[in-house]
Amino acid sequence: MTELRILSPTAILGYGFPLASFHAGLDRDPHVIAVDAGSTDPGPYYLGSGKSFTQRSAVKRDLRYMIEAALTRKIPLIIGTAGGSGAKPHVDWNLAIVEEILKELKLTAQVGVIYSDIDRDFLIDELRNGRVKPLGPVDELTEEDILASTNLVAQMGLEPIMQALEDGAEIILAGRAYDPTVFAALPVMKGFDMALALHMGKILECAAIAATPGSGSDCLMGTLSRDSFVLEALNPERECTRISVAAHTLYEKSDPYTLPGPGGVLDLRETTFEQLPGGKVRVAGTKFIPTEGYFLKLEGASLIGYRTISISGVRDPIMINQIDEIIARVKDRVADNFQELRDYQLHVHCYGKNGVMGQLEPHPEPAHELGLVIEAVAPTQEIADTICSFARSTMLHYGYQGRKATAGNLAFPYSPSDVSAGAVYKFSVYHLLKVDDPKSLFPVKMGRSGL
Amino acid sequence: MRYVKDVALVIRSKNAGPYELTFDLMFPDLNVYNEVRHSITKEKIAALYQIDESKVLSIIHFEPAYAVKITIVRPRPSGDLGETDVYGAQQHTPLFELTY
Repeated sequence: MTELRILSPTAILGYGFPLASFHAGLDRDPHVIAVDAGSTDPGPYYLGSGKSFTQRSAVKRDLRYMIEAALTRKIPLIIGTAGGSGAKPHVDWNLAIVEEILKELKLTAQVGVIYSDIDRDFLIDELRNGRVKPLGPVDELTEEDILASTNLVAQMGLEPIMQALEDGAEIILAGRAYDPTVFAALPVMKGFDMALALHMGKILECAAIAATPGSGSDCLMGTLSRDSFVLEALNPERECTRISVAAHTLYEKSDPYTLPGPGGVLDLRETTFEQLPGGKVRVAGTKFIPTEGYFLKLEGASLIGYRTISISGVRDPIMINQIDEIIARVKDRVADNFQELRDYQLHVHCYGKNGVMGQLEPHPEPAHELGLVIEAVAPTQEIADTICSFARSTMLHYGYQGRKATAGNLAFPYSPSDVSAGAVYKFSVYHLLKVDDPKSLFPVKMGRSGL
Repeated sequence: MRYVKDVALVIRSKNAGPYELTFDLMFPDLNVYNEVRHSITKEKIAALYQIDESKVLSIIHFEPAYAVKITIVRPRPSGDLGETDVYGAQQHTPLFELTY
């Protein structure tokens, strides 16, 4: 085998793709269809709650085309970070969709499921053994953080996915996986260069975002040969340019020259990007430098309470000029009124002043009108509702200095004015775990699905 | 004195994981990239964002994309209490005041 072709239909499973692009990709006779389904970008809620940030019907739409194409062509379909965050509830949610599609298509498939959940007791032992360290500007992990995490996953490397392929999986549903692995597993198994395979995966995982004009909902094709890989957009309205592909290397990363992952670091210091005719780009020269010891990235999220919000606007200039003072007085009033409730957080986002940048805002001078979001987070929804409601009514009628508009201070777009927004999570674990065996934490479960 | 924003093609911000905020400035060609890149310093970034210089983690010059990448510590982990921008996609505008 001298070249291996990979079709990446979309940046995130459920973000969609034009069928014309997908068919253009199939016309190039891919050896594997692979898609990344996850991200930590939407914040801690989705990992913590076990819910997907993509909608079921959108995921089903995308998967249906991929499953049909893969099974018809007898090529593997590999899905990484199933359900958005890759914990067991996410994987099971995605598996139910796969099974539903197989039944509807009257097909059966060998499905390999790879969970990525980490046992809390095991991790506490590893923490005590000194095998856990922070990743970036993060505090040291504590046993309390581990116990508080509602979901706790590790990002798998290539090895568990290669195992599932070797075991004969036609569809692989992986829990939390290092983004490039779903693209790189088959090529590495077939003896292609791991550095190039991973680097190609790193670009393919965002699909047409690396083309210009970029799109997170369009396909990208990768062709890997022995000494380089070529990227091609499949929609005639887009092309890959030397700059669009090189620039993508910067996206959502802190250092474009060294990209760390399970087992080692991709080194781009000698990488070349070469423009080819027809809107294609050839990439070569990337190296893989194994780290001393094999490290997995851990992610966990824990429940911190329940949120209630109230949205309103202020137009009165006399009030706007004193807004910081008024917000501070309202907070004092709430604290005074509910002295027995110490555990809540009350925050007022002030749009038109520093609502977007908070403390980083260099120009916090208020505009002629302000949008306020009163936000209460408390141990129960009922307390959050109470705090938000009281803060809202206090601010509505607060008698500030020089007030002329004595009928009310806030303009509400909605009735009811307050919204119970439910559970709130935070990232509790973002650390590295040293392991001896890259596969032992990610057992492959094979089963026949469909019909 | 000229503004970097007048010669940059791209000035953007985004999370680099939940604990870091990263900024990309991309320039149209090698000449502009070389003309501008050394004027972007940790000191200037810290002043624009009113943060301690130690919170500016790195400034990396990436010639393949004629780009300068700046990474700072997020004011709080993504989604924590007090969050204003979960994706970190609207934290770039102080960079419009960068000069060279």
